[in-house]
Amino acid sequence: MIIKTENNKAWWLVLPVFLLVAFSAVIPLMTVVNYSVQDIFDQNNAYFVGADWYREVLRDPRLHDSLLRQFIYSFSVLAIEIPLGIGVALMMPTKGRMGSLCLILLAIPLLIPWNVVGTIWQIFGRADIGLFGWALNALGIDYNYASNTGDAWATVLLMDVWHWTSLVALLCYSGLRAIPEAFYQAAEIDRASKWAVFRYIQLPRLKSVLVIGILLRFMDSFMIYTEPFVLTGGGPGNSTTFLSQTLTKMAIGQFDLGPAAAFSLIYFLIVLLVSWLFFTTITYMDKAK
Amino acid sequence: MAEIHLKSLAHSYSANPSGPEDYAIREMDHVWHQGGAYALLGPSGCGKSTLLNIISGLLAPSEGEVLFDNVRVNELSPKDRNIAQVFQFPVIYDSMTVFDNLAFPLRNAKVPEPKVRAKVNEVAEILELHPVLHNKAKNLTADEKQKVSMGRGLVRDDVSAILFDEPLTVIDPHLKWKLRRKLKQIHEQFNITMVYVTHDQLEASTFADKIAVMYGGQIVQFGTPRELFESPNHTFVGFFIGSPGMNLIEVRRCEGGVTFDGFKVALSDELNEHLALVPSDNLKVGIRPEFVHIWDGPSDDAFEAQVKHTEDLGTYKIVTFELGGQTLKARMDEDREVPNGRAYVSFPQQWLKLYVDEFLVEEQAR
Repeated sequence: MIIKTENNKAWWLVLPVFLLVAFSAVIPLMTVVNYSVQDIFDQNNAYFVGADWYREVLRDPRLHDSLLRQFIYSFSVLAIEIPLGIGVALMMPTKGRMGSLCLILLAIPLLIPWNVVGTIWQIFGRADIGLFGWALNALGIDYNYASNTGDAWATVLLMDVWHWTSLVALLCYSGLRAIPEAFYQAAEIDRASKWAVFRYIQLPRLKSVLVIGILLRFMDSFMIYTEPFVLTGGGPGNSTTFLSQTLTKMAIGQFDLGPAAAFSLIYFLIVLLVSWLFFTTITYMDKAK
Repeated sequence: MAEIHLKSLAHSYSANPSGPEDYAIREMDHVWHQGGAYALLGPSGCGKSTLLNIISGLLAPSEGEVLFDNVRVNELSPKDRNIAQVFQFPVIYDSMTVFDNLAFPLRNAKVPEPKVRAKVNEVAEILELHPVLHNKAKNLTADEKQKVSMGRGLVRDDVSAILFDEPLTVIDPHLKWKLRRKLKQIHEQFNITMVYVTHDQLEASTFADKIAVMYGGQIVQFGTPRELFESPNHTFVGFFIGSPGMNLIEVRRCEGGVTFDGFKVALSDELNEHLALVPSDNLKVGIRPEFVHIWDGPSDDAFEAQVKHTEDLGTYKIVTFELGGQTLKARMDEDREVPNGRAYVSFPQQWLKLYVDEFLVEEQAR
């Protein structure tokens, strides 16, 4: 005979996860929401201000500037790293010692802590003791990332490309390895050019790894903080000050917690919105006949 | 369109082959004539696909030459050999529509678009792909995909040859028959050399005018289905072709013929003379179950055998009997009575084949 007891004890089993999510995500996020709608002077003096902080932040030219910079930066990163990563993956040897060597070499930049990457490039690019900066100047190019906006941008982008192209390349490499040999044979029989093989066999079959690669690289580059902070400190002027750095200055430098909270929620929503738009478009295109 | 000549061709997958067992294709000379419909028949792993890939250029042979119309093509890629090949499992370009898939080989060759359209429509008509012509290829069923795969081989009417590597493996049985007929029609219509790889003798004989039987990396016999049936060149052909295969009995020499298990089989004088000249002791006689004669009663020419069991296949019967230590089969007409327990059998001399070292002692040699 089966005895069926009805109670709510199963909820206890869910409790640990519930607590974990609460403390790691929900409570911190709600704290930020809480800050964003109040003006707090001290523990006993907090006033509800509604959407005032949002209005103020949205009209703030500093935010407009760094948002624009951020978009330019992220799209440059994607425009360089995605094609370059695909290219590297296509050129990599598929087997033997050389194949393993390439995989190891590509993995190295991904293993270096971000602030170390910043430091490496900070020294590497210096005109006096850095190999890169010194070599450029020796060639007669007036290169100085600390004073020229263009040089600073070039260095920050180059650093990101150096750091993260490997990720795209490794993803694509794994995608390419998953294509059965028969497809290449059939294409050879069908007299397909190298370009046609890439366009009609390799690229369609890289689609899913590229979606992951683009999303990861977009989100990461959109939230970049450490490397430019170490390399240029946001300068010269504000020319390489990206969103997260503007936010940090506002929250910790000036202790404007209200606007900073409103700002971070807007920031969060932008990342979410862009990623969602991208993902939905791709999925929709896939379903279309 | 071309005549394909394989000259002293051999292939080994290992870099330093040390003996014949290292070769996937043992040295062979073979000619596929222009416009022929050929089948390459053999069991799995006998080198059929290897041979096909060497002809198409996907694989470079380690020894010998491939000649198209007497021109060496070893160094040419499949593209420059202008050859079409259909693989065992369908390969389709899944980001394209069926139409674009079929047009792909033509567009790669920069054929003008009106001709592409005409040709694709013609092939789609033959393969009955019209209803799905503008659908994305990735949503097709397995046999539609294979039809698309085949269609890409057929759109090019200027090819040297079309090679099929067991193309009907994934196709439903009722469609197999239809597609094989289609291929045959296409062959008659365009007069293109076609080589069709299969391990199914029925498939081979319905498609091909001439069949090459492969075994252990060699073409052991090349002939019409009838030749393969009536005088198998090699014990393997005897065993592999026919259902059931040829009865093969190991024998020893004796006065006036050969003997096994105390039974003596007389041979013609010519065969006896030939036998006296060969040193080998690897001797076999073979006879097709269709040609084993079963007597109604005892006879001077007949051996007495024990009937083990009978299989009635509806249109004919297969009788399994024991003669000495040998288990042999005979085929009987449906309306004949199977003898009970004891049967009297004989082997008509004209259908009795003698094999020395597994190869047939030819009639011409007699």
